Amino acid sequence: MEKTLKISKIREGTVIDHIPAGKALKVLDILNIYENNSISIGIRVLSNKIEYKDVIKIENRFLEKIELDKISLLAPSATISIIKNYVIIEKFSVDMPSKIKGILKCTNQNCITNSGEPVKSEFSIISKKPLVVKCIYCKREMKENEVTDNI
Amino acid sequence: MLKNKSLVSISDLSDDDLNNVFLEADKMLDYINSSKKLDIMGSKILATLFYEPSTRTRLSFESAMQRLGGSTISMADSKTSSVSKGETLADTIRIIESYSDIIVIRHPLEGAAFLASKFSSKPVINAGDGSGEHPTQTLVDLYTIKKELGEINNKKITIMGDLKYGRTVHSLLMALTRYNVDVTLVSPENLRLSDYVYNELKNKLNITISDSLEKYINDTDVLYVTRLQKERFTDKNEYSKLIGSYRITAKETEKMKNNSIIMHPLPRVDEISPEVDSTDKAKYFKQASYGIPVRMALISMIAGD
Repeated sequence: MEKTLKISKIREGTVIDHIPAGKALKVLDILNIYENNSISIGIRVLSNKIEYKDVIKIENRFLEKIELDKISLLAPSATISIIKNYVIIEKFSVDMPSKIKGILKCTNQNCITNSGEPVKSEFSIISKKPLVVKCIYCKREMKENEVTDNI
Repeated sequence: MLKNKSLVSISDLSDDDLNNVFLEADKMLDYINSSKKLDIMGSKILATLFYEPSTRTRLSFESAMQRLGGSTISMADSKTSSVSKGETLADTIRIIESYSDIIVIRHPLEGAAFLASKFSSKPVINAGDGSGEHPTQTLVDLYTIKKELGEINNKKITIMGDLKYGRTVHSLLMALTRYNVDVTLVSPENLRLSDYVYNELKNKLNITISDSLEKYINDTDVLYVTRLQKERFTDKNEYSKLIGSYRITAKETEKMKNNSIIMHPLPRVDEISPEVDSTDKAKYFKQASYGIPVRMALISMIAGD
């Protein structure tokens, strides 16, 4: 069978690969996308590495640290490829930071960080797999599904 | 060393810190009993910021500071202060730190004392943050057990009442992980310890969970009772039904062994019958009185010269 690309190559930009199947739209949701960013999304694409995966290709866009940190929480298995002139010039896996600052909202409505104080939320990582984080203010723990819903 | 350090959580204190607070509290107790005037905190000012009602805790901090020779300032009711105009806690703290040498805060939101300690260059003491922690109550609780039973290790401690929302219980349990004790938690099912607290404790403390005191009362050294709060029950009939099962009367005290004690962080409502007060088991008023030497010790160790 002839090998074809489901999603065409990009000239310049970022490829977010190996996103767990079904999470691409959630990942896209937390990225800052501008007018000149064309986006291709592959959902449930067959992969060698994991059974099915999602892929996002964004033209003319290189991700910021805070976006990479957010992706690491939503899709810890994701890999990032930086493309210039159709060539991958850098490829790396997302790396979960040891402290998560200003990314997540604490699910505890009674937490001081949800009351309009001039502070960013801050969480420490209790476990990466399964994901469990802990608010350094109210000490409440959040599991993966709560993290995903509160980025 | 506690000098200039904030006390937000009981886990901010090392084992040595705990022992030093107890040793210092013994000295303070002697001073109180001898009616000697102290001048340890001479020119220092303690500010109390209470965003929630409190009688004992605020007065005991103020009494402790004044017994040490220092003075106190206190925020009027938060409803009539700048808080009601929408001032953030961070701003309030940045102002109050310039008015005082040590700040005591009680706030309805969890993490408030930690936030205050981040914005203040002066030490902050947590006097209760929502359903979070109440570390000075825990120091008083531990000190009471030590004074009344000689030591904390090897004791069977039964904690009964509202274990889910009670901040005194959370701090006490965290502190008890430092000792070799057996803990039994007795509560209605809807007021059991939250998962996030239980998960933190389960590997560090020998805990038994039950909805009935009956099986454990005759073997308990310390029966620590907390208030079942009516407002935690959506079904008020359920509350009325349960309150009887979690009430200590003279009949229960007769089942308790010699030298065992009943404690309560107070205020109590219906959970300990007044007839218990005159029994030798009742130590809750003594416990409240220990609040002064313990808080004197803490204030002098944190903000003394």
